[in-house]
Amino acid sequence: MSGIPHDHYEPKTGIEKAINSRLPIIGLIYDTLMIPTPKNLNWMWIWGIVLAFCLGLQIVTGIVLVMHYTPQVDLAFASVEHIMRDVNGGHMLRYLHANGASLFFFAVYLHIFRGLYYGSYKTPREITWIIGMIIYLLMMATGFMGYVLPWGQMSFWGATVITGLFGAIPFIGEPIQTWLLGGPAVDNATLNRFFSLHYLLPFVIAGLVIVHIWAFHHTGNNNPAGIDVRKGSKAEAEKDTLPFWPYFVIKDLFALGIVLIGFFAVVGFMPNFLGHPDNYIEANPLSTPAHIVPEWYFLPFYAILRAFTADVWAVQAVSFLTGGIVDAKFFGVLAMFGAIIAMALVPWLDTSSVRSGKYRPSFKWWFWLLAVDFVVLMWVGAMPTDGIYPYISLIGATYWFAYFFVILPLLGVIEKPAPLPATIEEDFASHYPGAAE
Amino acid sequence: MIKQLTLSALTVLGLTAGAMASEGGSTHDVDFSFEGPFGKYDQMQLQRGLQVYTEVCSACHGMKFVPIRTLADEGGPQLPAEQVRAYAAQFAVNDEASNMHLFDYDEGAARPLTENDHFPANNSQNAPDLSLMAKARAGFHGPYGTGINQFVKGIGGPEHIVAILTGYTGEEKTEAGTTYYENTAFSTGWIAMAPPLYGEDVEYADGHSNEIHHEAEDVAAFLMWAAEPKMMARKKAGFVAVAFLVVLTSLLFLTNKKLWAPHKGKKTTL
Repeated sequence: MSGIPHDHYEPKTGIEKAINSRLPIIGLIYDTLMIPTPKNLNWMWIWGIVLAFCLGLQIVTGIVLVMHYTPQVDLAFASVEHIMRDVNGGHMLRYLHANGASLFFFAVYLHIFRGLYYGSYKTPREITWIIGMIIYLLMMATGFMGYVLPWGQMSFWGATVITGLFGAIPFIGEPIQTWLLGGPAVDNATLNRFFSLHYLLPFVIAGLVIVHIWAFHHTGNNNPAGIDVRKGSKAEAEKDTLPFWPYFVIKDLFALGIVLIGFFAVVGFMPNFLGHPDNYIEANPLSTPAHIVPEWYFLPFYAILRAFTADVWAVQAVSFLTGGIVDAKFFGVLAMFGAIIAMALVPWLDTSSVRSGKYRPSFKWWFWLLAVDFVVLMWVGAMPTDGIYPYISLIGATYWFAYFFVILPLLGVIEKPAPLPATIEEDFASHYPGAAE
Repeated sequence: MIKQLTLSALTVLGLTAGAMASEGGSTHDVDFSFEGPFGKYDQMQLQRGLQVYTEVCSACHGMKFVPIRTLADEGGPQLPAEQVRAYAAQFAVNDEASNMHLFDYDEGAARPLTENDHFPANNSQNAPDLSLMAKARAGFHGPYGTGINQFVKGIGGPEHIVAILTGYTGEEKTEAGTTYYENTAFSTGWIAMAPPLYGEDVEYADGHSNEIHHEAEDVAAFLMWAAEPKMMARKKAGFVAVAFLVVLTSLLFLTNKKLWAPHKGKKTTL
């Protein structure tokens, strides 16, 4: 599959030949597992396996939870309590599933920021990146709809607020919102379709994950040096790479073990730490909670949504220019989706030909500022909308867009990159002096 | 890079979780036996709390998600099966309209409960159901709003219950025909629930003090169990999982070290 020269599978025994001539599946598995992998990959390259584990965990625990859950407005909350109290191991399954979503997003954010720092989105990996962004969008949709299923107060009011975003679209917004909800408000029809999609989308994600892996197996992994594996000959390629099995499988499993120790400690000892107490109150359309707060993993984008209020001059200008069609609410919705689209467009916004941020002296600073910005937005997204918080949101949101649309395009032109190592072998040897033969 | 990113992510997890749940009212920490990774429910305390719930709270509140049979379960009040059956049979259904499934049409009244019934719902006084109350209220979120203290100090909900039960100042006011009672722990400062406990409201069989703060803590502990009946099983599973993973991960660490050593030009003693 890979463009890097390496040994391919040769069937040896009669039965292997018989199978392989009919369905080359053994060869496919062999070539996938033995893919030459840059040997200088660091510990930020372990989040892929954590994400694969999360997807598996969520699908397995989810399928069992569905066996006991009832997607009906009068019964949903009680059926979750039935899982927590009566189903064998049900409380564990549910806490694993709920906290599994948090681990999933924790890992995906580190995975994305790894890509942003080491330029993993740059040519020839644009399609890998775009598919990754689609997976991330589907994860957000799945996570959001999953949070609605327990039918607690935050489920109900979160669903009301988020579907209300679509209602902000001029002219066609309200019919779209009604169509999404299956009625004028969040109700049984909404719960049923969210349940259906919450079950469906993970399998779509699984399919896209295969394409994501296929794409980077074709181009080869990026690596911390951001330079290509030498492809002139097999001998040359072997100096830059090691096969995925066993070197990276064992390394990744070790890292997964460390991550899971933390994960199981949270599930075992404080499973409600990341949840909201209000979601233990059954949904009540007549009583609005004091603060409607999304799950932590949506907060940075929720902050961007709320940052653009009607008193921001840019919002007023756009509102004036569009004759009031783009009001503050719609502007916020556009900004929120725009913030994610900006990330998806980064392969074409970054004009630097150097992949790795390690060799870009000023890029580094702007990148870390973006990472801090992300954390600040996440924090301010959970804060009330008065006092100093709206200003912090606005500054944070502005930097997010400035990074992608101004800083990255300019940096590539004005920045003088540091010298790159000649080969991956050389980069690897610089970390391990003993490795030079 | 990994370190900074992980740290910043962890910080924000703490910050947001803390920020999400900071609501009004003053709540003080109570040193409950079931807090922290090693915490266990105190079986005697749960039984005392059950008594307070039965004799005081259940007059107005329901607990419709809790099956009565679970009173016999391990990691709970663990009453003997006989007692559970007797307890169910004598339990008064105070709100027949909300418990039509218990209604006996021949008798024209609610039938006696069995251990397989849930605690009855009770909407007669508009009081919230208590099944999940200990998890449905945020108590405190320290240190510095990080909420990390959940790990050692528990979820904070039982503390909130204690604070409400003991937070009455004695002031009352009447608005639109409803009497409100001033309560330092309640978010708005005025609560519609009349003070339910005054001290010496119940007579404990085990001779434990029935001062108001003891009663409040006992019933708060009981409600924590009602909200999270599998807590002890969960912590045990957590220990098994973490211990297993520590061993497995250590072995993977050594395997990984040995596997890579020749390529990193290192000598390994393994």
